[in-house]
Amino acid sequence: MTTDTNRPLIEVRHLCKEFHNSRHDMEVLHDISVNFYQGDVAFIVGPSGAGKSTFLRCLNHLEEATSGEILFEGVNTLDAKVDIDALRQKMGMVFQQFNLFPHLSVMSNLTIGPMKLQGLSKEEAEERAIKLLKRVKLEDRAASYPNQLSGGQKQRIAIARSLCMEPDVMLFDEPTSALDPEMVGEVLEVMRELAQDKMTMIVVTHEMAFAREVANRILFMADKQILEENDPDNFFDHPQNERLRAFLDKMI
Amino acid sequence: MGLKENFYLNFIKDDRYMYLLSGLGNTLLITIVAVVVGILLGFLLAYIRTTYDKTGRWKAANLFAHFYITVIRGTPMVLQLLIVYFVIFASVNVPKIIVAFIAFGLNSAAYVAEIIRAGIMSIDEGQFEAGASLGFSYTQTMMYFILPQAIKNVLPALGNEMIVLLKETSVSGYIAMNDLTRGADIIRSQTYSAFMPLIMAAAIYLFFVLIFDSLVKKLERNLQNSDH
Repeated sequence: MTTDTNRPLIEVRHLCKEFHNSRHDMEVLHDISVNFYQGDVAFIVGPSGAGKSTFLRCLNHLEEATSGEILFEGVNTLDAKVDIDALRQKMGMVFQQFNLFPHLSVMSNLTIGPMKLQGLSKEEAEERAIKLLKRVKLEDRAASYPNQLSGGQKQRIAIARSLCMEPDVMLFDEPTSALDPEMVGEVLEVMRELAQDKMTMIVVTHEMAFAREVANRILFMADKQILEENDPDNFFDHPQNERLRAFLDKMI
Repeated sequence: MGLKENFYLNFIKDDRYMYLLSGLGNTLLITIVAVVVGILLGFLLAYIRTTYDKTGRWKAANLFAHFYITVIRGTPMVLQLLIVYFVIFASVNVPKIIVAFIAFGLNSAAYVAEIIRAGIMSIDEGQFEAGASLGFSYTQTMMYFILPQAIKNVLPALGNEMIVLLKETSVSGYIAMNDLTRGADIIRSQTYSAFMPLIMAAAIYLFFVLIFDSLVKKLERNLQNSDH
């Protein structure tokens, strides 16, 4: 696929991440450098414990990187002066466990961000929210509360909630892993449409077939590093890395 | 002496029921003011403690809050009341009821702080992350997402704290406050008849405890019905 600008949307340089506890330090990301461009639909796959989710969470500072640089729209976000809250408004995130706000209606889940953080009036925010609810085909559930929804519906609302902030990039952290199998399809459908609409997406997932269908780039993470990166067809049909070949043998 | 005469002697004669009535007024007033002080102060302490737990900020304030809660919960209420009256306000002339407001309010704050802290800590970490990921600051996330859920979860526990406090105020007599217990005791000392005034006082406490309890239960039911 093409890039709209020459400059990457996100540049990751020599990113390292260690977790510390009283007994020992554990390195989970080792010297990762990678670029993401406007319009990218990048999928990150790999074995459990490879650091995929941690990498994604470093991008919007839910985890603090230990060293390295993360440039978002040209600004190093690890600089202490950067307003992380403003950065996060531009980076939507979808979680494995949905994390909807259970005390707020579906509508309020979507509108509270735009109203409190972007200064939209209630009417403006609701107008924006209704468009997104239609997009995820849940406009009839605006008045519902999260616990009245199925898992698949919750995740579609969570996606709509992130989109309601009109982010520049969407991060998906295993969005279908907590779902019953019959609900995976409806969530993937929403993501497929997002990709078709040229939303920049970085997706951590175990859905290999979906990755092959939707991604323009696939990254293989194992042993705290990105070991291989390729377009979907070459990634699956001509894997170079030994670990990737073993991984694909097991997955498919 | 029959029951009737006994009742007359202890409550009707010389308007002795007034000891119970004015004592009850003080007991309820102390309870309500102390609960309000306790909730406001306890809320502040809980906020300090959880902010430190979640973000590492406010270390000194957290140390103080932790120390405060440990000391208050680790010493008897009666001693705290005596210390506030005879030590802290030793050289200042403050009405006893104000002393009681302060002593019971400070005591309640420590317990309320732990209740609210437990409520905040029981909220899933994912809620904090969801708020953060949308661009809400820590304080905004607390105000809009965490506290509304946490407080709803702990309302019944706060109601129970009020019930405990109502009974705790019975030690107000140690600083010669005329509360319900002391009112009953004054009658006993005048009539040399213990059964009637003491049982009556106990029954009045029980009556109000049951009222508070049914209010808490009703609140719990309402919360369950609106449990989203």
